[in-house]
Order: sequence, then C-alpha cells, then structure tokens
Amino acid sequence: MQIVLNGENHEVDGEPVLARVLADAGLPERGVAVAVDGEVVPRRSWGEHRIADGARVEVLTAVQGG
Amino acid sequence: MSERADTPLIIGDEKFDSRLIMGTGGAANLEILERALVASGTELTTVALRRVDVTGGTGLLDLLRRLGIRILPNTAGCRTAAEAVLTARMAREALETDLVKLEVVADERTLLPDPVELLDAAEQLVDDGFTVLPYTNDDPVLSRKLEQAGCAAVMPLGSPIGTGLGIRNPHNIEMIVAEAGVPVVLDAGIGTASEAALAMELGCDAVLLATAVTRAADPERMATAMRRGVEAGWAARHAGRIPRRYWAHASSPEPDPG
Repeated sequence: MQIVLNGENHEVDGEPVLARVLADAGLPERGVAVAVDGEVVPRRSWGEHRIADGARVEVLTAVQGG
Repeated sequence: MSERADTPLIIGDEKFDSRLIMGTGGAANLEILERALVASGTELTTVALRRVDVTGGTGLLDLLRRLGIRILPNTAGCRTAAEAVLTARMAREALETDLVKLEVVADERTLLPDPVELLDAAEQLVDDGFTVLPYTNDDPVLSRKLEQAGCAAVMPLGSPIGTGLGIRNPHNIEMIVAEAGVPVVLDAGIGTASEAALAMELGCDAVLLATAVTRAADPERMATAMRRGVEAGWAARHAGRIPRRYWAHASSPEPDPG
C-alpha cells in the first residue's frame, strides 16, 4: 500500500504499523513527533498504531528557528 | 534597590538567571551558533519544528543538551489557530516540554501576529496544559486578553521579525508593562545592544532575539553585547534613574564668593 510520508509517496510493505514504517524509512526515534492525518500519535502508541492506505504521515523534529 | 532588582526570571514553573532568551534561527552553522549561545549566557532558546531530513541528523538537539540550554519550541510558519495547536502538540511530543512560543502570523510580508487566531490558539493551548508564551503585537489590549486567557508571559514585538528596526512604539511597551501581571518579554525587532537595553529600561522582564546576533558580522561578539545590554538596562531600570529636568542642574558646588 501507499502512504504520503512527509509530503512524498511512500510504499509500505508488510504490516502497516507506525513504528515499523518509521524504522524502515530510516527515521530517527528520538527528538521527533508523528502526526497521522493531522492527529498527533503519542510515542507510546507507535508500536500498535496501524496506518490506513493513503494516510498522510508527518514526522517533525527541531530545527534552527525563532 | 528595587525589590525586583536581582530576582530571577520566572515563567510558569521555570526559573532563569539570564534575562536574554536567544533564538537559534539564522546562524550559518552549529559552531557559530554554539559560540553565540555561550556568549549570550542564555538559558532558554527557541527552535522551530519541521519535517525530518533523514540526512540532516539531530545535531541541534545534541548541541542544546550538551550546553544545558532549555528549549522553547515555536509555532513559526503557522497561519491559523488549528495549525499552531497541532504544531505545539507535535513540539511537546518531540521535545518533552510544555513550553511553547506561540506564533500565528497573518502574512509573509509583515510576519505580524494575527490577533484573532493568536488568542484562539492561546486559549486552546492553555486548556491543554501548555505554558504559553505568545508572540504578540505591541497592543496593550491584546496583551491583557492573552494574560486573561492564562498565558504565562506576553511577548510584544518591538518591530517586525528580522527588521532590526528596534522598538517603534516604546509607549505601548510601557503600557503593556504597567498592566501586566505576567512577565513581559520584548520579542522581535531588536537590532543592536542599546535597543535591548531600552527594552529593559521600559520595564520588560526579558528580551528575546535571534537575527540581531546570528546574522551580525560577528555573532559571538554581538551576543556578548546583547547580554551586557540586557544586564545594563535591567540594572538601570531598578537603580532609580534621575527625573528629567528642563533646565541645567549643577553637579559641582556653587562657586566660592569673590
């Protein structure tokens, strides 16, 4: 299935569980936050949160600003 | 000496000995940023939230942890209350802090706060348990409403973000200070050290700046200047300045009679 990960189409193979999708995409675990379809998914739920086909997943971190 | 002269800055549950909040925005690289942050003596610094760049790493957070500087995430780039609330929640999740510098700007050209969206976002975030520091217009009425909404500080602009135009309406800042029951942080517009000092002389509790230091020709030196400017302005504010007089007033004794 396909999701939109940080604005780009992203193919998900196997179980569409958030923690696995993030790890497979090579994203860091610390210092990041994840929203799926505009809702924050707390870190403690990443292990069981299943992503639907076509979901918009945003992974944000701190950058220089302000 | 005034009672408040040597008291720490308290925002929400957080206590700071430094009254200069230096943002991380605009530094050419992390080494320059590190030297400037250290020279500024800041204990609180702003960061923005953006999409993870897989190749980018987390050098900024590692640096701030190593320096022991607390993090104030901002909601820069948000145009609506809904966007700002989501960004603040993402920041809390990513950075494990309830502090948020709430920015909801109206347009790119002015980067001025949108007062309607700002107040709406502030109310929602206070309800959600955040310690909210709103970047606001230099408007005493809006500042009062933000305080009534439960904000932990108010942060009026001196002039638009990144302009270095200083404090364009000092009287408005004085009126905000006169009415505020929470710390007043002069945020945005500072260009040089005398303007940081002026903010403190007007009665502000702290100054927040980034561009003035990070885009100066010598950021480390400017950071030192800003630290001293804030300290000088704070000391002067609480030292009890002389009244302004119309005519001269000799400081030496009368001449001896001839």
